[in-house]
Amino acid sequence: MADFDQELDASGLNCPLPILRAKKTLNTMASGQVLHIVATDPGSVKDFDAFAKQTGNELMESKEEGGKFHFLIKKS
Amino acid sequence: MEPKKLAIIATKGSLDWAYPPFILASTAAALGYEVQIFFTFYGLQLLKKKPNLEVTPLGNPGMPMPMGMDKWFPVLGMALPGMQSMMTAMMKQKMKSKGVASIEELRELCQEAEVKMIACQMTVDLFDMPTAEFIDGVEYAGAAAFFEFAGESDICLYI
Repeated sequence: MADFDQELDASGLNCPLPILRAKKTLNTMASGQVLHIVATDPGSVKDFDAFAKQTGNELMESKEEGGKFHFLIKKS
Repeated sequence: MEPKKLAIIATKGSLDWAYPPFILASTAAALGYEVQIFFTFYGLQLLKKKPNLEVTPLGNPGMPMPMGMDKWFPVLGMALPGMQSMMTAMMKQKMKSKGVASIEELRELCQEAEVKMIACQMTVDLFDMPTAEFIDGVEYAGAAAFFEFAGESDICLYI
């Protein structure tokens, strides 16, 4: 996993909380910074893809590892 | 660029039906939408500071019941006193264990994201709704005011 500036653990949270928490955290970050999100909600895979497309923040990485989903989002 | 707009009419006042308006409004706001929810009739219950929302299996054959109760428990039994509170308590417990947000939490996230909440003035008068029990920031308006926003919206939902 590439470098990141901030991390958000959304494990155990269900739709739409991972997205809402991620959005909130991104609001506190500077443009170009990278947020690493860990989630357990299987729906979050498609949701973070859609979130990135609609908000213009880049989804740099999306993968499953050790039963959890990991996302890297670069703030636009 | 003009933000997209989502207009929602929330008409239902049960625990289960309280979710769609707040889930969709908070998510849309996170995606950059401008959002308004127009609360009318039983939907006004969702605006109470301490919403006392319940869920009922009555008249709802699609509701999954714990322990397969729907298979062996007569429909009439669902009308017994205390059944509704019991089902509500079980539903809340299940939601908590699955990491589903509470209605209050989702509503707060909507407020933080500047989702505009409008109470139907007519229904407030009709039911003598105690507006002092409503959360702060609620506006009061009628159908024409809703159309002013809804007419410009990209998505309009009736829930």
